[in-house]
Amino acid sequence: MIHITGLRKVYRRGEQDVLVLDGLSLHVNRGDFVALMGPSGSGKSTLLNLIAGIDRPTSGLIQVDGADITQLNDAQLAQWRAKHVGFIFQFYNLIPVLTAYENVELPLQLTDLPASERRAKAEAALAAVGLADRMTHTPNELSGGQQQRVAIARALITNPSLIVADEPTGDLDRQSASDILAMLNRLNREMGKTIIMVTHDPKAAEAARAVIHLEKGQLGSIVETHA
Amino acid sequence: MLILRLLFLNIWRNKGRSVLTFLGLVIAVLAFGLLSTVVQAWYSGAESASQARLITRSSISLIFPLPLSHGERIRQVDGVESMTVSRWFGGVYKDTRNFFPQFAVDPPSYFEIYPEYMLSDEVRNKFYRDRRSAVVGRRLAQQYGFAPGDIITLKGQIFPGNWEFLIAGIYEGKEEQTDTGKMYFHWAYLNEEVKRRKISRDADSVGVFITSIADPGRAAEVSMAIDELFSNSAKETLTETEQAFQLGFVAMTEAIVVAIRAVSYVVILIIMAVMANTMAMTARERTSEYATLKALGFSPKFVAGLVAGESMLMALLGGVVGVALTYPVAAAFHEATGTLFRSFFVSFDTSIMQLLAALATGVVAAIFPMIKVYRIRIVEGLRAI
Repeated sequence: MIHITGLRKVYRRGEQDVLVLDGLSLHVNRGDFVALMGPSGSGKSTLLNLIAGIDRPTSGLIQVDGADITQLNDAQLAQWRAKHVGFIFQFYNLIPVLTAYENVELPLQLTDLPASERRAKAEAALAAVGLADRMTHTPNELSGGQQQRVAIARALITNPSLIVADEPTGDLDRQSASDILAMLNRLNREMGKTIIMVTHDPKAAEAARAVIHLEKGQLGSIVETHA
Repeated sequence: MLILRLLFLNIWRNKGRSVLTFLGLVIAVLAFGLLSTVVQAWYSGAESASQARLITRSSISLIFPLPLSHGERIRQVDGVESMTVSRWFGGVYKDTRNFFPQFAVDPPSYFEIYPEYMLSDEVRNKFYRDRRSAVVGRRLAQQYGFAPGDIITLKGQIFPGNWEFLIAGIYEGKEEQTDTGKMYFHWAYLNEEVKRRKISRDADSVGVFITSIADPGRAAEVSMAIDELFSNSAKETLTETEQAFQLGFVAMTEAIVVAIRAVSYVVILIIMAVMANTMAMTARERTSEYATLKALGFSPKFVAGLVAGESMLMALLGGVVGVALTYPVAAAFHEATGTLFRSFFVSFDTSIMQLLAALATGVVAAIFPMIKVYRIRIVEGLRAI
């Protein structure tokens, strides 16, 4: 599914070049649920951003389902993300003026689906995350856990093969975090979604099938979990 | 629909700021429309003036009268259909603030040449019969409460003393923009009184001769012919079309008109700056949202389009409300300024200009935020607070 070879990422900070990823190579199979862990500055979020196609590497190859996304221009990359990637952010990143239903429907504006079909899909996605009764609520009328579930519904609405989650439980209480992780687990096992999740929380990482540790921009260890 | 709804919802997210910007826009569009209407009103006398009427005045200056005897010679000029006379009176009604134009005319010939001033048969008979009577325009009558049968006293500024007039009736304008803010009385009465009171002003003289010509295309030729009649005389004349005559008046106040026009454009420039600031703040606050939309697959053009759409929608709303308010405000302004402007109507062109100014404000205000949003790098945008 994801094949990364010799990935380098250098940021320019002022007068200095900062090497964040240093020739990293990695392979993630279809249907995997991988947690990326490591200390701050180890490059885990950068790696996630590069895999999701929202950042560009300095050099190296990133193939997702056989397509080298490093060769796509901005417009092609935007189309690719719309079709193949679902995003879950730490702070949910919902549009505050739109209702839960509208937030979920938003990515479908990029498709040619008729309004009735968009509606059916959005309702089904919200029902799948247990928020069928909260469709008309705006984000500030929902708890953190509920907002993250709306974000998951939004990530699922276009039926992407890859879901990237950046600290999805980082802003949640333990119970809500546990619910979200259970939901991600279900997406992975029942719907076959490939999930890459960045987390600092070892307990959250236990939800994944494998934990990849990064250190100083290089691959540290890969640990299989019992999930 | 969802995107349109998002635009509408986005406009009112920061209610205080949006309301202030909206009000600023409405006031700017309103001010622009009002000032443009003032400029148009300034020129309205000239615009509605006829090309088929010639005005003959003293070649030295309008303030020097011409002998009445010139009239008979002017009437003989080839191309002249009919002729009348008019003299500026310049009286004050009760207080110097109560200015309105008064003219001494020869009523039958004057109202024949000016069919746009309409008298009913009853008023016409009364007015023509009584040398001390006068007629006032509808708007003037409304402003000062003049009614038929009233006797009003004017204090002469050019012709000293108190002058009493009986209001014989009210004249109406043929069209909405016809000037109904004037008063007309008998030149014969003025002339008699000038002689009787021994006023050291030329008796048997008029301010201007007004001639109607059959062919407006011959205006220059007829004008020259009239002026040639009196060349090298003690009372040389200058003849021009009524429109040129009116434009001569406007030219005297050109600097004021230019200043008013400049202010109307400055008002729009100011609101452009205010709205550009609002849109820049809006774009900065929503950096994270725009980055999220880009991450979800929306193109940079689409996201920049959201900013443009929001700016244009706000501009359009402000423009429409500003245009709608211009009509009642202009009417109230006209009322308040009395007879200062012969006509004061918001033209269709002015409304279109107002809307275009509002939309231009929307475009200009959106340019820099659009560029900024277009260029937002997703990773950096997502980190923005």
